[in-house]
Amino acid sequence: MTAGVGCRGRRGSDGGGSADAVVTLNNTEPQNPLVTTNSIEMGGINILVNLYSGLFSYDAEGAAQEEMAESVETEDSQHYTITIKDGWTFTNGDPVTAQSFVDAWNHGANGANGQVNSYFFESIEGYADVSAEDADPSATMSGLTVVDDLTFEVTLVSPQSDFPIRLGYIAYSPLPQAYFDDPEGFGQAPIGNGPYRLVEWNQNQNALLEVNPDYSGPRKPANGGLDFVVYQDPETAYNDMLSGGLDVIDTIPASARSSYQDELGDRAVSKPAATIAFFGIHMEDPDFTGEAGMLRRQAISRAIDRQTICDTIFHGTTSPSTDFISPAVAGHSESIPGNEVLQYDEAEAKRLWEEAEAIQPFQGPFTLSYNADGSHQEWVEAICNGLKNVLGIEAQGNSFPDFKSLREATTGRTITGAFRSSWVADYPSMYNFLGPLYSSAAAEGRGSNNWDYMNPEFDEMLQEGLSATSEEESLRIGQQAQELLLRDLPGIPLWFSSVSAGYADTVDNVEFNWGSQPIYYQITKQA
Amino acid sequence: MTWYVLRRVLQMIPVFFGATLLVYFMVFFMPGDPIAALGGDKPLPEAAQARLREEFNLDKPFLVQYFLYLANIFQGDLGSTFRGQSISGQLADAFPITIRLAIIAIVFEAVLGIAAGVISGLRKGTWIDTTFLMLSLLVIAVPTFVLGFVAQFVLGVQLRVMPVNVGRDPSWENLLVPGMVLGAVSFAYVLRLTRTQVAEVAAQDHVRTATAKGLPRHRVVSAHVLRNSLIPVITYIGIDLGMLMGGAIVTESIFNIPGIGFHLWDAIRAGENTKVVTIVTLLVTVFVIANLIVDILYALLDPRIRYVSKS
Repeated sequence: MTAGVGCRGRRGSDGGGSADAVVTLNNTEPQNPLVTTNSIEMGGINILVNLYSGLFSYDAEGAAQEEMAESVETEDSQHYTITIKDGWTFTNGDPVTAQSFVDAWNHGANGANGQVNSYFFESIEGYADVSAEDADPSATMSGLTVVDDLTFEVTLVSPQSDFPIRLGYIAYSPLPQAYFDDPEGFGQAPIGNGPYRLVEWNQNQNALLEVNPDYSGPRKPANGGLDFVVYQDPETAYNDMLSGGLDVIDTIPASARSSYQDELGDRAVSKPAATIAFFGIHMEDPDFTGEAGMLRRQAISRAIDRQTICDTIFHGTTSPSTDFISPAVAGHSESIPGNEVLQYDEAEAKRLWEEAEAIQPFQGPFTLSYNADGSHQEWVEAICNGLKNVLGIEAQGNSFPDFKSLREATTGRTITGAFRSSWVADYPSMYNFLGPLYSSAAAEGRGSNNWDYMNPEFDEMLQEGLSATSEEESLRIGQQAQELLLRDLPGIPLWFSSVSAGYADTVDNVEFNWGSQPIYYQITKQA
Repeated sequence: MTWYVLRRVLQMIPVFFGATLLVYFMVFFMPGDPIAALGGDKPLPEAAQARLREEFNLDKPFLVQYFLYLANIFQGDLGSTFRGQSISGQLADAFPITIRLAIIAIVFEAVLGIAAGVISGLRKGTWIDTTFLMLSLLVIAVPTFVLGFVAQFVLGVQLRVMPVNVGRDPSWENLLVPGMVLGAVSFAYVLRLTRTQVAEVAAQDHVRTATAKGLPRHRVVSAHVLRNSLIPVITYIGIDLGMLMGGAIVTESIFNIPGIGFHLWDAIRAGENTKVVTIVTLLVTVFVIANLIVDILYALLDPRIRYVSKS
């Protein structure tokens, strides 16, 4: 039934790849229909990035490369004129026009459609008028104007210099008319314009993609297709790769973390991912407000031995944070003034804690909440034990049965004490870490600022950084803004993880990108 | 007899309603908000949450949700998952696979378990009996997932005589090893149960009489010993069919088999109430039917048990 079966056990042939060989990759079952404006988790996104070609795509380092964009012009980072390349078609033969983009974006933003990626359009003018749940389904954003078949104009609510970088994200892909005619059927059998097209999607088993011969962008496939196989257990996927049944695995199971580099040799992959793990404490938490609260946050941060935890619990698959972003995106720094607060220092931790005690005694105990379904218990206990030893306070982990219940407690603000969180960047930009997590605009239930950090000074710097005209300037201001975060510590950065992945000797040219995905199109496989 | 079967079938109706209500109740009060969790650490826009809640009736009170679910079921509509796939279609794909797996497990545990149990029981105290007992103890002591991963690693990764990812092609041949892993623990129980029964029956007077009147040994064993010692074993195997279908969660996950167990686990994780309830109800139905078949088999095995209608 599926092409991958025939590849078992064949090995040893020399030379380059075959243009017909289908590369098998592990995947999780998509949690939403396969629609670009309605997919938010990796199971769906892994497939969709190969089916669609937006204005840009990202190369290995996270730099935007032109897909359909002919040019994106702006004078003030607020008004953009976007021209697309001529002659592109969807796989059903329909031409891709400026209208295909504008229709898709308007659809994604409209509250009546309830698309999960709608917040990607919130910086476009007119978003506020269409995003309410009871919006007129035919309402469109005033910031989008089609000029002609190949040109459209975008007006943003404010100057945002990283807007073009964002355009490589899957939510900004064009959609054909076929989608609007039958959204439900389309979600099961999407029609795209990307390097691959969907052959079949067998639910809970696999999604098979073949090369789209009409694709003329930069991601020209060097293989004959992709087969995304759903594995219920990463352990099984890893064993399958060892036996030659799977070519590329993007997650090494916990049990093989310490041994996979020996087992795979130079076919083991380890690279910083665009993620950060941290824990947040609500700004109004009684023990953590005001001057005493700030000192207490700093004391706790300094009482965490990140390096030891990364080495012993994560076997080096994570590295201690030195700022609020990940080295996978531009602007990461190990020398932001004030970042010593992220370094382990028992004496300083004690000193800061006592200073806080002098202002306002600690009620306690310190709790760190986590979801028990996500293998967090070990490091949570390590941190709590560290706090007990260094600060002499009572500290304990507080487990929620699953991610759903932890999430409900954090978004509902019923949680007390510290709670674990993590962030995966949607597009390779420093501001995709800072804005959604720490800006006032994302506080009070409007985004992921679950600690309700509202600092006008920080907001202003974010705004300034986003409207800066040069990237260098923009990154510099972003780093300055992080100095405020290092002082206030609304979230306490812990570590960023490395993608731990690997591949079988059946394939070559396997490289992982900034977003921890393999660069699909360039993988070669012996037939 | 017909009346008895009919009565038992009618009894399944309250069982069906009781099971759905109970399971729905439990799933409804599971902690956490499945919709909010759909986006992972990213917030899901209010409008998207509202659309999904409305679509899946999650915005309604418990009893309303339950009756809407029942109404849909009686119209033959099992609903769809959060990702828009039809649940009935998924189950139609998954059930045959799990049934195949369960049949392999049942045949394995029944044939080998009873055979080994009879040998063990007839040769109580010999080395072969001791070997079987040790073997069964070992199988009971080792958790299924350990057995599964060991089998997978040795047979799939090292010897490469079976695929690691059985879900790719769940044929009878490929399901053989997973089926044996699934039935392993029951095999051990069947062995021990049969052994005890056979040993006990073999020491009874009527067996001695049969042997004394010169019946050949195979007649004594099959007609006098086996038939009288199988009733508890049949009961166990019958009930086990239901257990195996539910217990397939672990085995199916190790060998990546897209069967009922996988769907159940997936639905529990995703908080897809209606799917959980539907699967559990189906499992309950299988359980009840298996029990009914066991009760009918009693009559065939033991003429002393008669199902007569009270007139």
